[in-house]
Amino acid sequence: MQSDVGEDVLIRRLRDGDEATFTALVQQYHGAMIRVALGFVRDAATSEEVAQEAWEGVLKGLPSFEHRSSLKSWIFSIVVHKAKTRAVRDARSIPFSALAAQEASSTEPAVDPSRFLGDDARWPGHWAQPPAGWGDDPEARLLGSEFTGRLARILDTLSPAQRAVIVLRDVAGYETAETCNTLGVSETNMRVLLHRARSKVRNALERYFDETKSTEGTR
Amino acid sequence: MDCIELVEVVTAYLDGVLPAADRQRFDAHLRECPYCEAYLEQIRVTLRALGSIPLESVGYAALERMQAAFRDWKADKP
Repeated sequence: MQSDVGEDVLIRRLRDGDEATFTALVQQYHGAMIRVALGFVRDAATSEEVAQEAWEGVLKGLPSFEHRSSLKSWIFSIVVHKAKTRAVRDARSIPFSALAAQEASSTEPAVDPSRFLGDDARWPGHWAQPPAGWGDDPEARLLGSEFTGRLARILDTLSPAQRAVIVLRDVAGYETAETCNTLGVSETNMRVLLHRARSKVRNALERYFDETKSTEGTR
Repeated sequence: MDCIELVEVVTAYLDGVLPAADRQRFDAHLRECPYCEAYLEQIRVTLRALGSIPLESVGYAALERMQAAFRDWKADKP
């Protein structure tokens, strides 16, 4: 967000009480924060409450925030902390590590196996239905407001554990170790969840590009 | 390495944790398979989209509550 402005400037504006900067930050991250919280708490209404509590925590911590981590990753650490506290208070019994281990023990292909050639083909295991092209500038086609809601709905099709992992890694920009420590999950299981989540999001984007290409008038 | 195997190790590849031998097989496959090259690029587009696009807009009532909290905070800060 506001990529023309550095984080130091952003933090200074927040500390100075610039409401527009705060509003832009909420609009950028609130949806993602709700989805991380859902990995811990029982329902959507609770995760919304947790995200709002987290923003209050952000304001409270802002004067003493030392910027050792990025602003974004600090904000997400607060939402995870609030979500964990809430899960304990509500006596939600399944810890994240157990959710993750359970999911990682099953197998799930990244891409529908029917899209690859079978053993009797000349090139078994190679693409039968290869990925379709996404055009010359796919990112430009994802910038519209229509896609914003679509991306949220795509993430909502993931399991709560997959969603929490992909939001921390790919939305909040956490490194591997930071993600594992935050969620209390092994690196192996974290990567299994991340891989499934990313594969599913790519598959969903492929469908999105396929649906919208007729209106683009290209390819 | 064939395509069906490659799509399963993309995340390990991007995280730099693929064993050296597998990494070489991965790179060798990419050089001769434009489909897998496209697949990897699409994963990269996916990651950039996730890193930059907000996940739907926040509800009006919720945003107002947070803006009110911001004003309270602003009024209280030294």
